[in-house]
Amino acid sequence: MNNDRHAILKCTNICKSYDDQTILHNVSVELTKGEIKALIGPSGGGKSTLLQCINCLVVPDYGEIVIEGHPIDLNRKQDLYRLRQQVGMIFQDFNLFDHLTALDNITVALRKVRKLDKAGARNRAMLELEQVGIADKASLYPAQLSGGQKQRVAIARALAMDPKILLLDEPTSALDPTLIGEVIAVIKGLADKGMTMIMATHQISLINNIASDILFMKKGRIVEQGPPSMLLGCGNHSRSQGFCDQLNDLSAMEG
Amino acid sequence: MPTAISVVIDALPYLLQGSLLTAGIVIAAMFIGLVIGTFMAVGLVYGNKIVRFLLTGYLWIFRGIPVVVLLFLFYFGIFNFLGLQFSAFTAVTIVLGMTTGAYQANIFKGAILSLPRGQFKAASGLGMTDGQAIRCIILPQILRLSIPAWSNEFSIILKDSALAFVIGAPEIMARTQFVASRTYQHLAMYITAGIIYFILTWAGVMALRKLEQHVRIPGYSTNGS
Repeated sequence: MNNDRHAILKCTNICKSYDDQTILHNVSVELTKGEIKALIGPSGGGKSTLLQCINCLVVPDYGEIVIEGHPIDLNRKQDLYRLRQQVGMIFQDFNLFDHLTALDNITVALRKVRKLDKAGARNRAMLELEQVGIADKASLYPAQLSGGQKQRVAIARALAMDPKILLLDEPTSALDPTLIGEVIAVIKGLADKGMTMIMATHQISLINNIASDILFMKKGRIVEQGPPSMLLGCGNHSRSQGFCDQLNDLSAMEG
Repeated sequence: MPTAISVVIDALPYLLQGSLLTAGIVIAAMFIGLVIGTFMAVGLVYGNKIVRFLLTGYLWIFRGIPVVVLLFLFYFGIFNFLGLQFSAFTAVTIVLGMTTGAYQANIFKGAILSLPRGQFKAASGLGMTDGQAIRCIILPQILRLSIPAWSNEFSIILKDSALAFVIGAPEIMARTQFVASRTYQHLAMYITAGIIYFILTWAGVMALRKLEQHVRIPGYSTNGS
């Protein structure tokens, strides 16, 4: 029971299938406060589905989710809403609300979900935009922002809800190589502040520098798990190592 | 026998009064349709099996039966059966409203399905309830997207409103026919009625185009480039 006290989130035996195709086979993930797990592996391996199952954007077929000691009843909408308020999500393609300014993208949930008044929501939103360095773009619409700026607004939007955990689904994959840096800097900043995160990513610098643990997923299962030093260490012939070598080769080719 | 011009001039105030009635029918019907269509679209996309089944039934009934048959069915049949004493104006407005509601439901449904799915996911991910996501995120976007198709629907309903004359609502068509049959100036009178309908359509479509530009989201182009 000693472990449980520190586990912020505990997902056990998550299963998900669509029609007759099983996407996740009994996947279990546990996060302690301040921990950062990197989710890597070939595409189609279930990384995205796993992340979306963790905050029930995709409701798992089976499995248990416990957040801060409170089990979530997957059949109760109220439980799902409560879970999602505590678990923020960053998407590969940003998913900013296209009809709202950068500022209102953040205030809309503060007002509707957190029930803040107009001024309170505005102040909080401006604070978050300053944190990610784009307070000057507050009144612009998503279509007027660059990819990197959009992703930073998305991060600010998630953080404004004071999530206990942040899920990042390939946060830099849809970005122009020249814009990746600004988003990585923001994510590293979050890591320094002790944010608990799980991120699916192909970004070697994120995996090497900030992840405390690597989960290698393939065909709906976590096939390897361990700290980067162990999995990516020299002379280690782990699958994660092979995969990261491929990523390194790719970025070397691009560079 | 009076000349065509003088008949038209004499009849004009009478016809213009009728066009106020036509405008009233169309505006009210489009509004009823907007409300019905919005709720139906949400039900068709997000509703459970039973809701979808019932709404699809409604769609088929109103798409499958001519407006004039619906008009007789409701005015002489259903409203009477229910003991409702509606005027011809009210009856036409309700029937046209329910009909355009079915068509508008399909317009809005298409718009909802054309939105990236991430919009709803992002709202859910922030902890919004399904209702909040639909009200605050989905509807404001799809109603904007739907204005061109809605404007098309407006022009169809405006012209369908001429059918109101068959149950005796004194709108443009009824008044035109009344004057034409008394003066025998059929050609001149129906040309005049045609011009009035044309102008009403033009004015409505232009107003909706203005609205479309007014609510346009900055940074999005409207001309396909």
